[in-house]
Amino acid sequence: MVNINPIIKAEDLVKRYGELTAVDGVSFHVKEGEMFGFLGPNGAGKTTTMKMIQCVSPKTSGKLEVFGMDVSAHEREIKKYMGVVPQENNLDPDFTVYENLRNYSRYFDIPREDAEKRIEELLNFVQLQDKKNVMTESLSGGMKRRLVLARALLNNPQLIVLDEPTVGLDPQARHLIWDKLRSLKKRGVTIVLTTHYLDEAEKLCDRLVVMDYGKILVDGKPSQIIKDHIGTGVVEVDNHPGIVECLRKSETSYEVMGEIIVIYTNDAMHISDQLSIECALDKMTTRKATLEDVFLKLTGRKLRE
Amino acid sequence: MSYLQYFLIPELDRRLLKVWLRNKDVFMKNIKLNFLPPFLEPILYLLAMGFGLGTFVDEIGGVSYAQFIAPALIAVSVMYASFFECTYGSYVRMYYQKTFDAIIATPLIIEDVIAGELLWGATRSTINALVMVPVIAAFGLIDLKYSFLIIPFAFLGGLLFACIGMCFTAMTPNIMALNYPALLFITPMFLFSGTFFPLEVLPEPIQYLALAFLPLTHIVRVIRTLAYGSLELSLISDLLWILIASMLFFILSMNLMKKKLIV
Ligand SMILES: Nc1ncnc2c1ncn2[C@@H]1O[C@H](COP(=O)(O)OP(=O)(O)O)[C@@H](O)[C@H]1O
Ligand SMILES: [Mg+2]
Repeated sequence: MVNINPIIKAEDLVKRYGELTAVDGVSFHVKEGEMFGFLGPNGAGKTTTMKMIQCVSPKTSGKLEVFGMDVSAHEREIKKYMGVVPQENNLDPDFTVYENLRNYSRYFDIPREDAEKRIEELLNFVQLQDKKNVMTESLSGGMKRRLVLARALLNNPQLIVLDEPTVGLDPQARHLIWDKLRSLKKRGVTIVLTTHYLDEAEKLCDRLVVMDYGKILVDGKPSQIIKDHIGTGVVEVDNHPGIVECLRKSETSYEVMGEIIVIYTNDAMHISDQLSIECALDKMTTRKATLEDVFLKLTGRKLRE
Repeated sequence: MSYLQYFLIPELDRRLLKVWLRNKDVFMKNIKLNFLPPFLEPILYLLAMGFGLGTFVDEIGGVSYAQFIAPALIAVSVMYASFFECTYGSYVRMYYQKTFDAIIATPLIIEDVIAGELLWGATRSTINALVMVPVIAAFGLIDLKYSFLIIPFAFLGGLLFACIGMCFTAMTPNIMALNYPALLFITPMFLFSGTFFPLEVLPEPIQYLALAFLPLTHIVRVIRTLAYGSLELSLISDLLWILIASMLFFILSMNLMKKKLIV
């Protein structure tokens, strides 16, 4: 592959809020046209990282470049070519759907005629044509999110940064958003997002990082990350006394997670056969390893916030 | 040294006018309701105080009581319009509606947003003057010679109170706490700025205090002089006071807001 300059380049990026270090020396590159995910439990520092990329929160130290420009010196320039979907919807409640977009387009100096054309296209794209003259309060959660997405696309951005674009949406609304992101990616837009939906991240992200306590724990292609940290398969068995003992003897890699034991392997068939013979197990579930397994293995099961 | 950081001069972009435009658009959606207060209030005050209470007052400095308070009513309205726009109004947009957050994701920076808000606050004052001057003129209470100048002056006076209000907005811990400046700063000013009785009846030191610390005294003096149909050289000192104070609070409010919002 040709070596192109990254769209985002972060090196040893740090963000402190007073005593608290929210982002603790992260480094990553996002390439042009890529869909790049940030995963991690609540409080991991994802939103803080997104805000620094969006040039709305200044970094404490380290290096952060977007489109090859330093975020602290070129914020207006960078923001001109970026679209933003913030974690919290901030649509203008004083305006209708159409007025929200029209008003926002002015901040980018989009001429009236171009803006009107673009708004029609975008309302079609996010399937909100028939809500054009509705006040935003009366939209459903999914519609609001789509409108925020449309707003982020007004300026034809080369990069869009989305902070939990699908949080709190029902499956239909969620799929619609992911579908839109996929078609944006096809058009060559670089996409950076945070999400809690690991299965979707696994399917859609070209590369991703898992963050916790302000640090990046792993990065890479989803399939590679799973292979490296889990293997190809997982066998789950009920946590009975005696089983741990047997597992220890059979030298498999496993983890006790409350009522169940999870065994990581590259050969699920073999392990399950072996276990049913050696440990006299009859109840087992064998499945493919997923990103969720990696996530839980790396960040633990403890509840956050 | 550390205070200087509150007076850094921001690099504003002309796009800040789009923020003004946003607020204007919202204002125009409720234009009828928005025009009612500046139209109705002077009439009510004039009826109650000018013509009611005024019958017990001989005259003040050669004019009737109604003539005396009419310009002050405009000055008070100039103060209220921009102060409340840039305190409660801006606070709601900043905190509840997250309008500022949405705007700074575009090529605008927070200083642009604040500047747009301040210009809009000053515009609200101007609109009020625009409505009130003809209403009061219809009562025959102002000399028409220079009264039209009250309208552009309302923009400057309004800007001052917009900037002062925005400083409170930047410092207030919550929206309820904005009641303090409203009660402890705006209400005394409403009463003690030469509005309903001449400053000269107060003890001399208090007069100086009022001139130094109650911005409304200067606004009242300018508007009253214009309304009486005269142009005096002494207005220059009032104008200078207003101009300098506006500039200081303009810069200060932006720096305070940046400190509050950009973390
Ligand atoms: N404005 C702020 N002031 C102080 N602390 C903050 C602020 N924003 C976030 N934090 C803290 O920084 C940490 C990271 O938060 P955040 O980036 O929102 O995490 P995530 O998006 O991964 O859930 C958390 O501990 C959070 O409480
Ligand atoms: Mg977050």
